[in-house]
Amino acid sequence: MKPEDQKRLLREMIFYRRFEDRCFEAYMERKVGGFLHLYSGQEAVATGVLERAKPGHDYVITGYRDHVHALKSGAPAREVMAELYGKETGSSKGRGGSMHIFDPTVNFMGGYALVGQPFPLAAGLALGAKHRGEGQIAICFLGDGANNQGTFHETMNMASVWNLPVLFVCENNEYAIGTHIDRSTAVRDQYKRVCGYNMEASQHDGMDIDVVMEAASKAIDYVRGESKPYFIEFMTYRFRGHSMSDAKSYRTKEEEAEWEKRDPIKVYSRRLKKAGVISDADIKAMEKEIDDEVENDIIKFAEESPEPKIEDLTRYVLDDNPDPRWIGPLVNEGE
Amino acid sequence: MAETAYWEAIRRAHDEEMANDKMVIAMGEDIGVAGGTYKATSGLFDKYGPERIIDTPISENSYTGIGIGASMVGMRPIIEIMSINFALLALDTIVNAAAKIRYMSGGRIACPLVIRTPGGTAHQLAAQHSARLARMFMSTAGLRVVTPRGPVDAYGMLKSAVRCNDPVVIIEHERMYNMKEEMPEEEFFRPLEGAEIVRRGTDITLIGYNYNVHLCLGAADKLAKDGISAEVLDLRSLKPLDRETIRRSVEKTHRVVIAEEDEAPVGVGAEIMAAINEDCFFALDAQPIRVHAADVPVPYNARLEKEAIPDVEDVYQGALKALGKI
Ligand SMILES: Cc1ncc(C[n+]2csc(CCOP(=O)(O)OP(=O)(O)O)c2C)c(N)n1
Ligand SMILES: [Mg+2]
Repeated sequence: MKPEDQKRLLREMIFYRRFEDRCFEAYMERKVGGFLHLYSGQEAVATGVLERAKPGHDYVITGYRDHVHALKSGAPAREVMAELYGKETGSSKGRGGSMHIFDPTVNFMGGYALVGQPFPLAAGLALGAKHRGEGQIAICFLGDGANNQGTFHETMNMASVWNLPVLFVCENNEYAIGTHIDRSTAVRDQYKRVCGYNMEASQHDGMDIDVVMEAASKAIDYVRGESKPYFIEFMTYRFRGHSMSDAKSYRTKEEEAEWEKRDPIKVYSRRLKKAGVISDADIKAMEKEIDDEVENDIIKFAEESPEPKIEDLTRYVLDDNPDPRWIGPLVNEGE
Repeated sequence: MAETAYWEAIRRAHDEEMANDKMVIAMGEDIGVAGGTYKATSGLFDKYGPERIIDTPISENSYTGIGIGASMVGMRPIIEIMSINFALLALDTIVNAAAKIRYMSGGRIACPLVIRTPGGTAHQLAAQHSARLARMFMSTAGLRVVTPRGPVDAYGMLKSAVRCNDPVVIIEHERMYNMKEEMPEEEFFRPLEGAEIVRRGTDITLIGYNYNVHLCLGAADKLAKDGISAEVLDLRSLKPLDRETIRRSVEKTHRVVIAEEDEAPVGVGAEIMAAINEDCFFALDAQPIRVHAADVPVPYNARLEKEAIPDVEDVYQGALKALGKI
């Protein structure tokens, strides 16, 4: 990999961390409402996988912890932040919020609150892509907890039977809200759960972006080349609580400290420094630049954007300009 | 014109829409090689192949979800769910996904898919195969819900549903698949919205949808023998509901009976009564009457089943009550 790409990737991850931290601050200031799930700690997974895919072309779908997947797909950061602020300029015009970022212009097909719901939707995106023959694959990012839904098993089966070009990325952070995986799930290794569906699967370190990229490359080549599904699992950890109301009483400080040593940003910046690609001063400058962008461009845009109009409340429920040939209404003779 | 059965009408609509647009696919249990539980896709597997007539495993929630995902990227899937009872397993994807994706995305992503499913009691199928549930779908913003009463609408509304950009739930009926009607041989479309006045009258309005329109027509015949002129409305679309046509009819007849095959609580009839109260309360000469199923799981025993479900006589009696004759 070229040094400028390595620098760019490090910058992206630092940017995502700062973006999420700033969402937290905006939430504390009550500028952002609803549920807010932050991605801090897991950056290497979405960044690394999508670096090896074709963001903007391939379909990407995920759960409610969706900001970074949207951003790496190419959704403008201003619009994602404006969505959190509930503004008309937001990626869903303020109708979705943090958990429901959508940007079809870059084929980011949404964040969904219902745990496990994106599995079949992803397989459907892949089915559509295959049918249209334009070369996209679908990439579905979900947590370990989602694998306990029926949709996981139903979809793995159909994706396999129908040879759908879909990559299932399991971000195993060992927790579903406050329940540790060992207390909810018969096996900790999630990739083992798909062997009953005759599907390729593997497990990797999700804290090291180089490992993520290498594994993702192979998996994506397979999905695209063979037009078959693949299940890839990354072991990772979320540094913050599940959402804003989480006191993290279910895990120990020692456990958190262990994982923080493997912070994907620290791991990668250490490696780049060692290789002479970047210096501490470069990183400092990068952080400053990012702070400035987040504050003076992204937050400013979100703050200054208008709210949706009250009279638009009932727009977007159904097609607002339906074709009367199909919709009618039916006219009764003589009425 | 040719006499066409309900199932043939659906089959013809599939065939024409699939020939017209490559993005149209059909999915469901046993619809392909086996030709469909109700023959609604018979012969199409051979014509369009396994990529477009997709036999699914018994995974209602996820194959419906796959159809929704495909619809988000330009496909137009027609999904058959063998019985509306099984659609309960797919409620997450229908209600939480299909109905909400357009809104949650600020109008940026549409889900143009069709879900066809028979709802209704048939011949002693008992409690787990006799659900009707129209009321549940009709209460969900973001869906269209239509109920074709015969082959003409079954054909013409399915064709419109495939072309429309919204998720459309089509509720058919076990007892209607063999029902026949004269149908033009040239292609036509029937609009998804708007109630139809299927019989004109002046003394009372009988409102039905799906199979129970035929009960209303039977009751109207009986009333005619008593010298009473009944108007029969087929709602056709439960969501959106054509309140305007209901209002106009009630303002003309001043009396109304609503026939539904479902249980009454929080039902279609309740919604229509509320609409009448809100829109034309002062036009009424008598309280509106609901004719509906008994509030029980549908029994197996034939006599009990018959008792639980409204028939022509029940609608007729309801009308006599609304007319103050009993
Ligand atoms: C169907 C459903 N059930 C329960 C919830 C509540 N819930 C939200 S997130 C979550 C945990 C999911 O854990 P996991 O899939 O591991 O993802 P993570 O939050 O760790 O990224 C639960 C139970 C929900 N949103 N949807
Ligand atoms: Mg988890």
